Amino acid sequence: MTSLRIFFIGGLMSYRAMFGWLNPWILVPSLIVSPICQILLFAYIGRSAGVGNDEFYVIGNALNYAAIPCLFAMGATIGGEREGHTLGIVLVTPARRIPLFLGRALPVIANGWGVAMVGVLAGVLLLDVHVPSGSWPAILLVVVVTSASCTGLGLAMGAVALRVRESAVLGNVLFCVLLVFCGVNVALDDLPGWMATVGSWLPLTHGIAAARLLADDSSLGDVTGLVTREIGVGAIYTVLGLALLRFFEGESRRRASLDRT
Amino acid sequence: MRSYLRQQRICYLLQLRVLSTSLFDGLLAVFFPLMFATAALLVYRIKDDPDGMQYAGLGAAIMGMWTCQGVIASSLLTRERWAGTLELLVAAPIPLSRVLVPITMALSTIGLYCVVATIVWERLVFDIRLEIASWPLFVLSVLMSALTLALFGFFLSVTAVRYRTSWSLGAALEYPGWLLCGFLVPVDLLPDWLHPLSWSIPTTWAMAAVRDAANGVSPWGNLGLCVAVGLVYAVVAAYLGRRLVESARRHATLALT
Repeated sequence: MTSLRIFFIGGLMSYRAMFGWLNPWILVPSLIVSPICQILLFAYIGRSAGVGNDEFYVIGNALNYAAIPCLFAMGATIGGEREGHTLGIVLVTPARRIPLFLGRALPVIANGWGVAMVGVLAGVLLLDVHVPSGSWPAILLVVVVTSASCTGLGLAMGAVALRVRESAVLGNVLFCVLLVFCGVNVALDDLPGWMATVGSWLPLTHGIAAARLLADDSSLGDVTGLVTREIGVGAIYTVLGLALLRFFEGESRRRASLDRT
Repeated sequence: MRSYLRQQRICYLLQLRVLSTSLFDGLLAVFFPLMFATAALLVYRIKDDPDGMQYAGLGAAIMGMWTCQGVIASSLLTRERWAGTLELLVAAPIPLSRVLVPITMALSTIGLYCVVATIVWERLVFDIRLEIASWPLFVLSVLMSALTLALFGFFLSVTAVRYRTSWSLGAALEYPGWLLCGFLVPVDLLPDWLHPLSWSIPTTWAMAAVRDAANGVSPWGNLGLCVAVGLVYAVVAAYLGRRLVESARRHATLALT
């Protein structure tokens, strides 16, 4: 019961705290304007190069942008506590770490889902992309899975932020890696083999492929394999993140490096 | 004159050193556009069209300059505010513009690193050998692009002074700039109503001049327009900077707390 309280109430408090700094002056440029502009940029690059269609770039880039809140918010979970000088207090509590950190991940997943859907809807409206009405529920589900998977990577990044102070740089680097390797703008088949292999072990890749198939009128049953793989990849990063949190927490206690800035 | 040049030189070198040692402003400012250039080049590569790769290669090389300037310049004064040095800069016995321009020039220098890094990256990773008809005119066009972007950055820095979270505004300018300046997409391909917006950015003309120099066409017309637009921004920024500082002093709003 205590773990459930930590999971839900802790997660809710973390979400509310996020809006202490994620006010409309930051939220609108960062999480609404930027994803729409990224979608337009690559849709026009595709038109200029004569490669792909608008739907391909709308789905790929909208889901890619879900990585921004998923990576940065999880990084901020650690970094924000450090800046607020509350990280030590959080880590000396007897609360179990799994509900503590996964509870914080829940609102991040919702945020990532929202950002991706804003991108998809904007792409549909601005670029006149047609998505069959029957596909929307399945797309909504796949975007949730993809955001959760990205949040797993964000948790691992947040754990590394216990040691690496430049979590903003780390988040941007990971975002770029996802952009290039995950079939966001170039189908995996058109990427060099080694890049496609790396991409298949990253979050986003299978989710994007599934969402594209759904937008092309496939059914949820047709993409079960891709969705399962996306869940699997997300689970791997989540477990890795929790393991890294445990390791770096122990290291920071031994080396007294928790509040080092 | 001598003291003016000395102040400009010291301020420029100091800021360049600060930026070069920052992971966020130095390394990431080069890495981030480089990865987007990579993504764009991967798209163009699918067609296996040498003309397309030349077009994208030139644009990708220059687009990083926009990131270095547009994103960071917007939050220049906010950063000084965070560091607690904004009041000192405003109280200094020289106009604020004489402090800001060397900083934006230092940002443009980071942008030049980015140009070189991208050209080397394109050569090594994509085997793109950029065909440049006139290297002197190409280099001149790139340098004019850096110079006018510094003036544009000066304009951005003073206009965003009252925006408390100007860093997010700067980050949001990144993609529109890449789209509007014709780096990877011809301006003609954009909707007609966006064309005037493209023409109002000096980098659009600088990019056209870079392409002219590469294609063996005279870039002087586009370079002239690039300088003219850049100077307009400099004059407006100098005027706005003075007015905003006066207003902030009168209303005690410099700290925005």
